[in-house]
Amino acid sequence: MTGTSPPADVRRIGVAVPELLLTGAHHMCPGCGEPLAVRGFLEAIQALGVARRTIAVAGIGCYTSFSMTTDVDLVQALHGRAPSVATGIKRVRPDALVYTLQGDGDMVNEGLQEVLHTAARGERITCILLNNGVFGETGGHMTATTVPGQRTKNTLEGRDPTVHGHPILIGDLIARLDGAAYVARGSVHTPGAVARTTRMFRRAFETQLSGSGFSFVEVVTMCPTGWFVPTLDGPTYLHDTLGAVHVMGELKVDGRVRSTEELRAENARAEADAARRLAAGGLDEVP
Amino acid sequence: MSTPRGTVTIDVEACKGCALCVPACPPQVLSMSPDRNRAGYHYPVLADGCTGCAACQLICPDFVFEVYRAARPAGVR
Repeated sequence: MTGTSPPADVRRIGVAVPELLLTGAHHMCPGCGEPLAVRGFLEAIQALGVARRTIAVAGIGCYTSFSMTTDVDLVQALHGRAPSVATGIKRVRPDALVYTLQGDGDMVNEGLQEVLHTAARGERITCILLNNGVFGETGGHMTATTVPGQRTKNTLEGRDPTVHGHPILIGDLIARLDGAAYVARGSVHTPGAVARTTRMFRRAFETQLSGSGFSFVEVVTMCPTGWFVPTLDGPTYLHDTLGAVHVMGELKVDGRVRSTEELRAENARAEADAARRLAAGGLDEVP
Repeated sequence: MSTPRGTVTIDVEACKGCALCVPACPPQVLSMSPDRNRAGYHYPVLADGCTGCAACQLICPDFVFEVYRAARPAGVR
């Protein structure tokens, strides 16, 4: 630690680097949302006390560099094939907590059928999608989840559905499959959203451990580099542009698919509640 | 002067200067330093008034903040 030191009479309530990361250093750009999601699921795994029997399957994207520093057993899959690899691992090691980490380019463009079939079969694994609407690692071009109007390297005037087609709302698609037991879409654009997404990870892992079926958490993340916006505008751009189409919330709980209207109403309440709690001194505070 | 409710440590060299912590801070006690770290990025500095709410830690992509709260006297909530 090079910076400032804490005074003596305090208790630590949060460590800087998640304990399941060997180092906090990473190659993500300034303002990237992916490390926030990584912190979320690593802390959820730790809270459940299952780190030593967790097996991760990484897809290919910017987040893949966390393969080198994540302190759980890990297998590297080819583009989009992580759900199939994870299926195999879970079937031979049914006691393991198996999750995949994939981006929108990896999961929705390169390997859409893998995740859909895995969900439809009701495999007892958890798939985590980091959705920023661009192929960040290879230069920031459009993916299948890029929303209408979003600027990318090859949609400089914004994605035009009449030319480039419409986005695939992968969370909504998976929620409709009977094999999926828990489907949630989180975000990392505010501290409250990060905390809520961490709870979604925990519920998804609990769903897997209870054996009730496939679980899926999509996290909409900032990519200011790929979006051509300053880092400080990333969260607002996410909320107004990607967040308006990929609506956050728990899309399927206990087998019930929830409507977008229901999610929107819940989001307004959750954001206001988190802001109140943070102003009162922390998300654990009741104002 | 009243006892501070909380504080954070800042790993200056880990910071990439995105400044997401500045608007995320409810008591608005973080600001970007005019100085730069070894990598050339501006980094946040803390003013008085931190509540230890951990908003900065939740929003920081570079794992810069460690959060502390003032220890409460035994038996008092």
